[in-house]
Amino acid sequence: MAEAEDPHEAEGHAGDHAAGAHHHGPPTSFIRKYVFSIDHKVIGIQYLLLALFSVLIGLVMSVLMRMNMTWPGHAWPILGKIFPLGAPGGVMSPEFYLSLVTMHGTMMVFFVLTTAPQGGFGNYFLPIQIGADDMAFPVLNMLSFWVTFVGLAVLVSAIFASGGTVIGPTGGWTAYPPLSAIGDVLNVPGQGMGMNLWIISIATFCVASLLGALNFITTLLNLRTRGMSLMRMPLTCWAWFTTAVLALLSFPVLLAAGVLLFLDKNLGTSFFVPGGLSNGTTVIDHAGGSPIMWQHLFWFFGHPEVYIAILPGMGATSHILSTFARKPIFGYRAMVFAMFAIGLLGFFVWGHHMFISGMSPMTASAFSVLTLSIGVPSAIKTFNWLGTLWGARIRFTVPMLFAIGFVSLFVAGGITGLVLGQSSLDLSMHDTYFVPGHFHLVMGVAAIFGMFAGTYFWFPKMFGRMMNETLGKIHFWPTFIGVYAIFIPMHAMGIVGMPRRYAQFYEIVNGQEVMIYKFLSSTPPLIHFVTWAVIITAIVQVLFVVNFFWSMFKGKRASDNPWEATTLEWTTATPPPHDNFGGKTPTVYRGAYEFGVPGAPDDYVMQTTPDETGANVSVAAGLDEQGNGHGYGNGNEGHG
Amino acid sequence: MDTAMATRVTGNRETATKTESVLDIATSRRRGGRGPRGGGGNGKGPNGGGPGGPGGENQRGFSPDRYRIAILVGIASILMMFTALASAYVVRSGMPTSVDWHGGTMPSFVYLSTALIIASSLTFTRAKAALAHVEESAYRLWLSVTLLLGLGFLSSQLLAWRQLVSQGLYLASNPHSSFFYVLTGLHGLHLLGGILALAFLYVYARRAVGPQGDLKKRALTDAVGIYWHFMDGLWVFLFLLLFLWR
Repeated sequence: MAEAEDPHEAEGHAGDHAAGAHHHGPPTSFIRKYVFSIDHKVIGIQYLLLALFSVLIGLVMSVLMRMNMTWPGHAWPILGKIFPLGAPGGVMSPEFYLSLVTMHGTMMVFFVLTTAPQGGFGNYFLPIQIGADDMAFPVLNMLSFWVTFVGLAVLVSAIFASGGTVIGPTGGWTAYPPLSAIGDVLNVPGQGMGMNLWIISIATFCVASLLGALNFITTLLNLRTRGMSLMRMPLTCWAWFTTAVLALLSFPVLLAAGVLLFLDKNLGTSFFVPGGLSNGTTVIDHAGGSPIMWQHLFWFFGHPEVYIAILPGMGATSHILSTFARKPIFGYRAMVFAMFAIGLLGFFVWGHHMFISGMSPMTASAFSVLTLSIGVPSAIKTFNWLGTLWGARIRFTVPMLFAIGFVSLFVAGGITGLVLGQSSLDLSMHDTYFVPGHFHLVMGVAAIFGMFAGTYFWFPKMFGRMMNETLGKIHFWPTFIGVYAIFIPMHAMGIVGMPRRYAQFYEIVNGQEVMIYKFLSSTPPLIHFVTWAVIITAIVQVLFVVNFFWSMFKGKRASDNPWEATTLEWTTATPPPHDNFGGKTPTVYRGAYEFGVPGAPDDYVMQTTPDETGANVSVAAGLDEQGNGHGYGNGNEGHG
Repeated sequence: MDTAMATRVTGNRETATKTESVLDIATSRRRGGRGPRGGGGNGKGPNGGGPGGPGGENQRGFSPDRYRIAILVGIASILMMFTALASAYVVRSGMPTSVDWHGGTMPSFVYLSTALIIASSLTFTRAKAALAHVEESAYRLWLSVTLLLGLGFLSSQLLAWRQLVSQGLYLASNPHSSFFYVLTGLHGLHLLGGILALAFLYVYARRAVGPQGDLKKRALTDAVGIYWHFMDGLWVFLFLLLFLWR
């Protein structure tokens, strides 16, 4: 055992043995390469495609919702053919509308906003940006994706299994009991098998997210390459890390709540169902449960979930703003701490979703104060983004446009959060269109802009070709104006008092729009305006999809570093080889955003560029000389 | 040792002699990705390379830290789940509408369960100690005793359920029984995972060869141990919760 006492030898032997045991070359069969791949890059793209599928379905659903609301009673023959029961003769029923609301929310929140920024971009770029050759647990990574896939498949099956008149549960993405627990007993459409499948889908998704989060955290803590200290990481990595921590701590709570809801619904327990409920003919056999308890558990997950959706967008935005402003990110440390502060505070504010649940005013004040305090780190981030842009010679590329769009939307949507965060104001705003206006801007569209920015930015690295700039700019402007045209009027509607989740606000009588609710008589022009904005903005997204797939095959070939960026993903080949760096593990000598360094030959310095000081250069050179072969030893020598 | 070194140098197609072990290890990390991997073990901290210079972790070879990190992270998430359930339990028991709350008596088998799982934690520490002293057979023996105690725990929990059923207490009978079944059931599922991990460890212990296999065996034992003790502690917490907070 003399060998083992010499650390050098022990290390060497261990490494050599690892060579035999763990090395995996690039897979060759189609199945292992593209389907059940353990390569984080393939898995990242799989996540992105899954999210793309979900977002298209969710988008079509939102267009259908707007059509139903704006032209009530109008017959759309094609809908009648697709949904003969839910839309008989092409006229959408109110239950059908509610199931659209539910499925739109569930698809978008879980399978788009949670999946693409973290599972997609995070999976692809986190290991590369920290200089690792894969995630810490590649097989687990594959499992995370396929469990997510099962979750999506179960959710899609709910579309078909909910009963003919609806295409899913009708209780919204928050699935409040008692409706979600005993809706089928009371003959509410969609609340039977559809609701069961919804719970199973979400529970499955929770498990997948937990596995993913575990992998992200371990990878980031354990697999950073030499020199990649925490404070040299790109802000994207910090964002994915914070997001993973949030997912890790919030999804288990939703999972627990889902288990209890499933038992309430199917096995007669009374966790969430109060006693004495009846639909006039049947009295429910439950007693003593608390629907409010579901709300607490759900929103304990639900609020961190908002940050799970937006934090990766913040990371990508910081990364991209700095790159195209050609300036270091303003206040790197402050950005990191602000991100963590947002994540931490996010766990203490769930009550602001429940101000009207009968909460005591004292509790509500506490939640209000904590909620408003999130404005501080958010303002720090915004200030630093603007500080990064200040006085810069900005390169207005498409990713930069979307990143600036992100900042704009984040501010516009965040400001109204200050309104809703105050319990006194929320009491009148709650469940009006003010709320969808707010959260779509900040959590939905801002996060989507982060994804667009990320896609345009990293597409060349992922597929080796540039996306079309002109088409991208034509995509940006109508989208940017369109989303404001959609969601700003919603705030006005909310202030007037227009409630959420109503299928219709007026009927057509003799060709005239007759308001059902007199106090909303001023809203029809806005409803029409928003609907047209939705339709135009949705159509513009076709440009993105076309650009995406066209560029994948026909786009201009990309160089290794087309944006002249500094981080590790731009040091490797395009697209990166199977082990990311072709066997040459990078060494990091500096922070992630060294743009415009005085005395440097270019206006950017890669993270792998050694310091000018002699000592460090010689060490690096020494490593290179020595390095030319140690790894080539064969596996047998360990027994020498 | 010298032989090994010589072999490696020959295999290196490189005449440079390695003079400093730190450099050497770092080198193997840098180069190890293509072909057989070099390097290994647990790298230094991210700033370990001196001020401003390169330091950091190695991802090419096997690093035992990752199991420990992963299991701690996983435990954090399991803890959140049971915290959510436990707070739901406490809230539900204290609600003014909760007139249907009947604590009842604890099935006597849970006392046996508690004894069994505490014993299994102790036997696991013996297994780990045996591994530290390189006593392979003792290691496997204590591992299998732990595994059997784990199975005994699960059986005892099932018998406790039988006892409840014979008292006419089912899942939906009253809130306390609902929580009892949910908490014990979910804990049992997680413990089953631990039992599978123990079984895997037992099989792996027989098959692991060489220093690398040994290193990995130790890392796995360490991780499974953390998980197993956590499951033990979690059960004691649940037991006290269900027993004291009726």
